[in-house]
Amino acid sequence: MSEIANTFTLDGQIVQFTPGQTILEAALDAGLYIPHLCFNPELKPHGSCKLCTVIVNGRSGSACTIKAMPGQEVQSSTPELDGRRRLQLQMIFVEGNHFCPGCEKSGNCKLQAVAYDLEMLNPHFPHFFPERPIDASHPDVMIDFNRCILCEQCVQTSRDVDGKNIFALAGRGMKSHLVINSPSGKLGDTDFALTDKAAHVCPVGAILEKRVGYAKPIGERKYDEQTIREQIAADAEGGL
Amino acid sequence: MDTQVSSQPQKVAKRKIRVATTSLSGCFGCHMSLLDIDERILQLIEVVEFDRSPITDIKHCGPCDIGLIEGSVCNSENVHVLREFRDNCNVLIAFGACAVAGGLPAQRNHLDIGDALREVYCDRTGLGKQIPNDRELPLLLDKVHPINEVVRVDYFIPGCPPSGDTIWKFVTDLIAGHMPRLEHPLLKFD
Repeated sequence: MSEIANTFTLDGQIVQFTPGQTILEAALDAGLYIPHLCFNPELKPHGSCKLCTVIVNGRSGSACTIKAMPGQEVQSSTPELDGRRRLQLQMIFVEGNHFCPGCEKSGNCKLQAVAYDLEMLNPHFPHFFPERPIDASHPDVMIDFNRCILCEQCVQTSRDVDGKNIFALAGRGMKSHLVINSPSGKLGDTDFALTDKAAHVCPVGAILEKRVGYAKPIGERKYDEQTIREQIAADAEGGL
Repeated sequence: MDTQVSSQPQKVAKRKIRVATTSLSGCFGCHMSLLDIDERILQLIEVVEFDRSPITDIKHCGPCDIGLIEGSVCNSENVHVLREFRDNCNVLIAFGACAVAGGLPAQRNHLDIGDALREVYCDRTGLGKQIPNDRELPLLLDKVHPINEVVRVDYFIPGCPPSGDTIWKFVTDLIAGHMPRLEHPLLKFD
């Protein structure tokens, strides 16, 4: 009696998975890095950043939403896919105001870490320079909407984990943006609290705790010592 | 020193690489970072000759191999200087966050430039009541732009500023004829 092994290949390497896992989840568990931004293991896959796009059995798709199946042949680390990822990152960078030198999240920012990993040297495209006003109405938290990458992690967390439903995405196309569910549209007029999980899920510098910026010395920030790729490999090794 | 060099024509010294540098709307931090290569500048000067640069007295950029541009484009003079560099340099490099992506000066892009000038020159006590309007002064552009929105740029060295080691790696790669590559830990945006 032979059972089909729950394995697929990622760039030729055999990866074990438990049925129900996506390709991205199985790869990360195995310490194999597929670039990603909007994916958070504690939340439902979002599929908006498209950085985790891989080729599965000859067709491209998001590794965060495609279920792992036995015998899949997945390609991720190819020059072509990495080139497409760099373009995707450049589009995200010019769409917002990502002035890293003056951002408190610099060094701890996932967008920046992925750009370092993929060796993105410049934003290439003309900048949009959006003009969305900052919301500093809340006593403990501020939001710079010009850094938001629309990953919806705060939306999901506030709605499904905190049970408060404070954030939402509104608008269409290029005008899509994060909004606050309060009559005034201000964060200060909601029951949002610093203890909410949603206050800490933002992967970039859009949702920031007030009065704690620049607390970590340069060299000790999250992605200073190791790249995001090295960290994921190290985490998986520690977990085994 | 060997004074017999001239009798050995096959050992004629290689032509030095000409490098021009300038700061547009920069803070000169990238040039300070360039000087942060410390004593390696003595190695550099063996193979490199500086054309127009804040560290030379040359007023206009002549034909060069490499042009290093710091700072974003914020006024009309910046545009002229940048075009002069592009016309004369075989390889043009944006170095520093300002030249690469607009940098922190581009944070003025959400302001009306008239309002900003009035705020500084008219609304403060102790100063005059008019925006400086002499023809000697270059006019500001309505928005700050990274240099690749004005001319074609061959290479980018991000960082605010890029470290001395980063600049050294990049420039030595380029001089040696390699495809320059920056990766962790030399690649930084901040």
